Amino acid sequence: MRLMEGREITVSFGELTILDRVSFSLDENQWLMVIGPNGAGKSTLVNAISKGVPYTGAISYLGRDVNQCKPYELARRIGVLSQSHFVGYSFTVGEVVRLGRYAYSPGIFSKKQGDDEERVQKALTLTGLTALEHQSVMTLSGGELQRTFLAQVLAQDPKILILDEPTNHLDLVYQKQIFDLIAEWLKGEGRAAISVVHDLSLAKAYGTHALLLDRGKTVASGTIAEVFSPEHLDRAYSMDVYAWMRSKLGQWEN
Amino acid sequence: MKQRRENFRAFEYLIFALATLLTFVLCVSLGSVNKPFTETIVIIWNTILGLPIPDYISSPSIIASVRLPRVICVALVGASLSLCGAAMQGLLKNPLADGSTLGVSSGASLGAVIAIAFGITIPGIPFAGTVVMAMLFAFLSLVIILSLAYKLDYSLSTNTIILIGVIYSMFVSSVMSLIITFSADKVAHITFWTMGSLAGSSYKNALLLLAALVVCGSVIFCSARELNAFAIGEENARHIGVNVKRVKLIVLITVSALIGVCVSIGGTIGFVGLVVPHMVRMITGPNHKRLLPACLFGGAIFLMLCDLAARMLLSPLELPIGVVTSLIGALLFVYIFYKTRSAKR
Repeated sequence: MRLMEGREITVSFGELTILDRVSFSLDENQWLMVIGPNGAGKSTLVNAISKGVPYTGAISYLGRDVNQCKPYELARRIGVLSQSHFVGYSFTVGEVVRLGRYAYSPGIFSKKQGDDEERVQKALTLTGLTALEHQSVMTLSGGELQRTFLAQVLAQDPKILILDEPTNHLDLVYQKQIFDLIAEWLKGEGRAAISVVHDLSLAKAYGTHALLLDRGKTVASGTIAEVFSPEHLDRAYSMDVYAWMRSKLGQWEN
Repeated sequence: MKQRRENFRAFEYLIFALATLLTFVLCVSLGSVNKPFTETIVIIWNTILGLPIPDYISSPSIIASVRLPRVICVALVGASLSLCGAAMQGLLKNPLADGSTLGVSSGASLGAVIAIAFGITIPGIPFAGTVVMAMLFAFLSLVIILSLAYKLDYSLSTNTIILIGVIYSMFVSSVMSLIITFSADKVAHITFWTMGSLAGSSYKNALLLLAALVVCGSVIFCSARELNAFAIGEENARHIGVNVKRVKLIVLITVSALIGVCVSIGGTIGFVGLVVPHMVRMITGPNHKRLLPACLFGGAIFLMLCDLAARMLLSPLELPIGVVTSLIGALLFVYIFYKTRSAKR
């Protein structure tokens, strides 16, 4: 089932074109990895999808233009996990996660959903944060903080998860934890994920599809096998990517 | 780790309300003429109910028509200013944000200074000239600041707003100095007023403040959840489905209206909106569902005590209340700032 489609998305700031007619599609249970060198426009693409930057072109969810969705309608469909967070006040982990349910009762008079608390607890359990529920977010480590926001987006219960380098500053343990969690989440009905990933090995290991960008333009898109061909990667990164990866991995043999 | 509830419980309201009431009675009974507590309570009670004041109380008019309306106004201004401060600090995710950092307070005072210097009045309605001008200029300042910020930065990011607010305040204060230079005959009046004072406030002032606080306060209270989201981060607020631009506009407009009314009646009383939410947050935590109601009480108590100090410290000479709040506020602020900074390390 086709969940999301982006057609000819272009983002410009004045004269500068950051993203040039990029298209993509996302089906159920797919995990689309957006890859490419720095300045390729990866983050800008996911920003456009979450309405963070103005764009031209069309992005639709189940055939409906996302621009016509109210903010809370969009949030019920699309959840976003950013790469870093700074919380200036000492909110508790529970308070931050509970805000994930905002989209289900956005107005002053709208009733709280019966399953709000259940979903919050489930998200806390999944991310292993139950014991930290009443702790201030200012006392958390980077990994715990990122898991807090992952729990928030899981409580939000979106259909499409957008991840902008979700494990950028995290240790290997947390990288694995978070990617495994998302892979498990993806198995649910009508779900899909898009993530911006720097680490090509991670992208190859977890992704089902990939979109390779370079300087705002699409270099290749399709399944992981199609996109991760030496020609495409070499062209986008201007180097022999396969040789570099092998030499890196070679250090681990013996 | 102790557990904090989201909302205020009845007994917590009761404690805050009792503390406010106690401070209120204290501030009404103390002054150039001190009255026993019991007599003060009788006078307050009978004045509220419109009953005649018993003969055994000497010179009750000092309390009934001078001190009582003044303390009521002080409490209302304190509550309003700290509510505005708390809302701004949440919205802009900046503990240094306040009506004064945004430039709204200085804008409002410019309006009021123009009204005083050029004698702008609305016939038939006392003090309407300053009130209307202050509100008008508060709004106008907001429009200027927001449209400048919007031009620079599509997403109205908080840093841009604060920076433009600071620049705008500087500009406004220079215009104000210019006006003061050219209206030498009113210098004393204007300066005293810009330093902030609620001396000579009337019941009519109190009524206007109460109306503004009820209307604007309700709007801010209804935005508590959105303010929580903003305090965690504007981007995150957008991601969880908050209508970021609309909430920002509603809160900014409401806050500037409330500040406009306060400034027109009491002049610029700095630091209240900055310091009170800081202190209250130490008790209630940052959740606005608890913070906002607590700020109402905390702000009222803080400003009533400051006003008491202004009246008593150099009695019979009276200090402008703004001088006292700035003195206490700046010291407290340094302490809080230092404490939070060293806690982070």
